[in-house]
Amino acid sequence: MALSTSSNFAKPDDAFRAIVEAHRGLSDEESADLDAALVLILANHVGDLDVLREAIALAQRRMVAAGQQQQQQ
Amino acid sequence: MAQSKTQFGYCRHADQHRAGTDIAEYPIVVVGAGPVGLSLAIDLAQRGQRVVLLDDADRIGEGSRAICFSKRSLEYWDRLGVGSRMADKGVVWSVGRIFHGTSLLYQFNLLPEEGHKRPAFINLQQFHAEAYLVDRVQELSAIDLRWRNKVIGLEQRNDHAILTIETPDGPYRLRAIHVVACDGARSSLRQMVGAEFAGQVFEDQFLIADVKMTAEFPTERWFWFDPPFHAGRSALLHKQPDDIWRIDLQLHPDADPAVEKRPENVRPRIARMLGHENFDFEWISLYKFQCRRMDKFIHGRVIFAGDAAHQVSPFGARGANSGLEDAENLAWKLDRVLRSLSPDSLLESYHIERSAAADENIRESTRSTDFMAPGSRQEARLRKAVLSLARETDFGKRMINGGRLSVPSIYDSPLSTADCDAWRGGPRPGASMLDAPIAVRAGESAYLTDAFIKAGTRFTLLEFANGAAVDAPDDIGTIRIGGNDGFSDSLGLVGARYDAAPGTAYLLRPDGYVAARFRQPTRTALDAALARAAGIN
Repeated sequence: MALSTSSNFAKPDDAFRAIVEAHRGLSDEESADLDAALVLILANHVGDLDVLREAIALAQRRMVAAGQQQQQQ
Repeated sequence: MAQSKTQFGYCRHADQHRAGTDIAEYPIVVVGAGPVGLSLAIDLAQRGQRVVLLDDADRIGEGSRAICFSKRSLEYWDRLGVGSRMADKGVVWSVGRIFHGTSLLYQFNLLPEEGHKRPAFINLQQFHAEAYLVDRVQELSAIDLRWRNKVIGLEQRNDHAILTIETPDGPYRLRAIHVVACDGARSSLRQMVGAEFAGQVFEDQFLIADVKMTAEFPTERWFWFDPPFHAGRSALLHKQPDDIWRIDLQLHPDADPAVEKRPENVRPRIARMLGHENFDFEWISLYKFQCRRMDKFIHGRVIFAGDAAHQVSPFGARGANSGLEDAENLAWKLDRVLRSLSPDSLLESYHIERSAAADENIRESTRSTDFMAPGSRQEARLRKAVLSLARETDFGKRMINGGRLSVPSIYDSPLSTADCDAWRGGPRPGASMLDAPIAVRAGESAYLTDAFIKAGTRFTLLEFANGAAVDAPDDIGTIRIGGNDGFSDSLGLVGARYDAAPGTAYLLRPDGYVAARFRQPTRTALDAALARAAGIN
């Protein structure tokens, strides 16, 4: 199984909204705690180390790209 | 049995009278009479080799130090004739519990199935283990154990090494075809060969106290994250023989060792943990951990084993146990090379197999230590998430890392013959043999590990009868299950654990690891597997 990056939700806005709302009213520290738990829960649900590694690599690539953009500005 | 000696005298040896270039020569000199050096010497002696065993002290070290000895180590000690003595004295355990604060998060059983001669673990003070090994050494005339013999010089030659040894009577020299350095984490032999020993140093300090008390705690391994008696840190409680309890407390990285170690400072912490003050200290020690190994375990004529070659944090009982696995891996190979049955290159497989095992042990114990002492705020946050998820999810429980306990490595080895038949289970080539109950025809029960010893602790064919015996070379041992003359698989567990059908055969190495396995072995295939496993290519 490879990491799926096609759109999997019928209503992507609902999924994004659900995550945003979970963070409403939380301090940065509480939000970070929530995210840590959420990452672990979702990683376990995926249950595939290769997919998890692909997901981590995708997230890291995005951070590198963002860093380069900042430098260019 | 009588109390074993722990203090020994220095004896002048005739070798020390020799002068100049007239140097005594031995096939094997083992340096360091700790659990690894002693076990290796016994194994080699039982295989018919003469061994000189040198130690710079004249007594067995104090303090419990290593306490958890694995099933694999007990099976090895059974072969060396000391397994029962260790197991009888030791505290048997297989269950571990992990607490967060005051609540139990997770409980595991390391050996949930029946039908094994030895338990998952025993706890036994290292000094008891060493004393029993010394007793066994003294029954074997092939071992010459020399106390207060400190190696101070090493000269490497093409086919031997010359050791200079300091004694109370001054120095003398020995020539050794092979030197095995089992001289511990601060190995002087390692310095003499100029090998690097780099790795990860952990900043957190741990306080280890052995206390004597009578207590009703069960014989289980109890581990706490953030306990009420030691806020924000971790703690471990473990039972040893003679009403001794091992307590291991994580300290703050900036704690002052000299202050922390004072009994008047340790006592209140432990009183809070136990809820009473009815205990006495046997031993207190402060530790910082390193995880590291040598790049190469073999340097010319010197082979490194145990802590001299690799060091891990203690969470997981991977120190002494992995050193004993080094000894069992090396002994038969050295024996074959010295008898010219195998080429010198067989020894290279010791480095290949055991350095990979060291990497695995370092990886596992580093993960445990990182989990206990998170290195960043985000690591701490992830650990907090795991601990809180463990209260209501199975996956959270399984992610808690309070130490993953030592199991034998599976070798990805040039000595193994790859499977060519289909298997649904059983130990694959490179894995350690599995124990199981068997019955001798008279109805007497025994274990497969006993049968392996009876077969000679050598290359052995474990065959599941299918009419006539397998056409096997004469010089290997045989364990036959079923048929008219074989052991009876009384509970069906041998067949189940080895995924066996009539005709199935496993070729076991002299250290009990699987070299090859076949559904229907042919003589040609067996000969090829045997040659490969003996390093003859």
